[in-house]
Amino acid sequence: MAVLQIREAINQAIAEEMERDPGVFIMGEEVAQYNGAYKVTQGLWKKYGDKRVIDTPITEAGFAGIGIGAAMTGIGVRPIVEMMTWNFAILAFDQIMNHAAKARYMSSGQFKVPIVFRGPNGPAHMLGAQHSQALESMVAHVPGLIVMTPSTPYDAKGMLKAAIRDDNPVIFMESELMYGIKGEVPDEEYLIPIGKGDIKRDGSDVTIIAWTKMVAVALKAAEELQKEGINAEVIDPRTIRPLDEELILESVRKTNRCVIVEDSWPFASVGTEIAHRIHTKAFDDLDAPVEKINAADIPMPYAENLEHEAMPNAEKVITAVKKVMYR
Amino acid sequence: MKEEKKKAKLARWVDLNLSNEKLIKMYRDMLHIRRFEERAAQEYGKGKIGGFCHLYIGQEATGVGAISALREDDFIYTAYRDHGLALARGMESKGCMAELFGKATGVSKGIGGSMHFYDLAKGFMGGWGIVGGHPPLAAGSAFATKYQGRDSVTICFMGEASTNQGVFHETLNMAQLWKLPVIFICENNGYGMGTAISRAMAGEHLFEKAAGYEMARGAVNGMDVIEMYREMSVAINRARTEMLPTFIEARTYRYRGHSMSDPGQYRTKEEIEEYKKRDPVETFGKELIAEGILKETDLEAMDELIKQEVQEAVEFADASPQPSLDVLHNNIYA
Repeated sequence: MAVLQIREAINQAIAEEMERDPGVFIMGEEVAQYNGAYKVTQGLWKKYGDKRVIDTPITEAGFAGIGIGAAMTGIGVRPIVEMMTWNFAILAFDQIMNHAAKARYMSSGQFKVPIVFRGPNGPAHMLGAQHSQALESMVAHVPGLIVMTPSTPYDAKGMLKAAIRDDNPVIFMESELMYGIKGEVPDEEYLIPIGKGDIKRDGSDVTIIAWTKMVAVALKAAEELQKEGINAEVIDPRTIRPLDEELILESVRKTNRCVIVEDSWPFASVGTEIAHRIHTKAFDDLDAPVEKINAADIPMPYAENLEHEAMPNAEKVITAVKKVMYR
Repeated sequence: MKEEKKKAKLARWVDLNLSNEKLIKMYRDMLHIRRFEERAAQEYGKGKIGGFCHLYIGQEATGVGAISALREDDFIYTAYRDHGLALARGMESKGCMAELFGKATGVSKGIGGSMHFYDLAKGFMGGWGIVGGHPPLAAGSAFATKYQGRDSVTICFMGEASTNQGVFHETLNMAQLWKLPVIFICENNGYGMGTAISRAMAGEHLFEKAAGYEMARGAVNGMDVIEMYREMSVAINRARTEMLPTFIEARTYRYRGHSMSDPGQYRTKEEIEEYKKRDPVETFGKELIAEGILKETDLEAMDELIKQEVQEAVEFADASPQPSLDVLHNNIYA
């Protein structure tokens, strides 16, 4: 089994799917000759050339729409559209929300839209307000979109391969800070089905739900809590929409307590939806209300100390866990 | 004019290799749209059609001229004024009217509505409601056919108001940069909803917007089905053989309001009457008679048949069931 960075795992997923299906291509800003702003597409242009690895102008709405239109023709084209970051993809939200997400429904099933929009999401480090926002709730809000958020190299590769093969528009949200994280990735092919969550740490006393880079925060908190005799289970839904509700409810029914950690804003976040579902579907199993840890409800400041203060961290998670455990 | 009378000069379409059957079909398609839309307006008035309903009356020559020049494996995108174009592509009156009525037998099974007609099998890709939102999809369609080595072309109708949107310019840039076989047909009917173009657009020559991208471009009389066909033939050839896009400004006019709820106070009756003197359907009908291709009685008989077809479509739509409640959650995901 190879040890890969997340960027390498994603790169392998793209390369393998391009190899398997000549209809798969990737387009985006700097994906070809520059090898990707975060080097995710390293080497792909050299291998597959201009036709299948396409540098776009800086024009997110335009090339998102071109990808959608290409996918909709039904002639075996499966675009992967790289958004340099999801902050910039906001320019393309009309294309994604009004066109990709609705084409199938409005046409009563005539169109399939097999396209993946992928790129880093969420605050990184000292990038300022316009480059530091986690937008998964905005896309997860839209019926017709699938939203996936990997947290390990293994997950990233298996999930992206499933996303590329899927016939729906998939929003695939990565993280700048995680591209260098290493992990084991099997040599043989595997896929991680859409909508399948994962238990990242078994536990019995409390459920901590987190995705992408908040999984590491949750695991760190769990380690610290273990020292105090609190055995936390960490659940990574991996896919935000459709949500692996069963996995979450099963865990909460076992632990009776839950903390959700996300680096998005708190208002109408994905965590808000998950908490609601737990409160309505596992109410009798709960020993305390579900707690949520979010990024501060502010545009992200630049200064390092302020940014640190605004972000979720293990200490905040530990405090929340102790609150739901009345300790 | 007597049929046997020898014509002094050749018809102005002699260079276009159009058979009489084709010419008659073009006339019929325009008249079909006219009658369908007149009836849609009536049914809207009766409350049979809900929501927004944007009629194509007055613009028939633009759509029919352009679509008549296509092959079956070509693709068509348009905005929300889509009924006429769907009919021109051969989608049936019944399914179109039923869609307006919100019925399960509609072209989008009652889910789309007036603005969202689709028929993938006919390459009719809709039917989009956000001004300026669909041009990149059309460029994407052209990207896909080129990628797969096909020589299909994609045509993209849009209103002139959409050319003020940013995405329109993004699309033109990439279409030219990447040499995509797409033809943008800007239906310039003079008004973006109730705002005259002169109040919304800097500059006088709309088609010169494409000049910034060094794209082949031009303006055409969109009230003339033959001129439209001629320009389209050139553009289609450029797209099919050279993989190059074209921007065509089709100068046309809509007789009715922006939608059915538009009282039309932003323009004068005289202006509308002036355009009606150049009515695309009437003018072409007279021309076909003058050329000895059809007789007045042929036009009358054709009109009767079309009216009957539209009547049957209304009856069909009326009698059709609403969508079953079971479909509410269908087709969100493939």
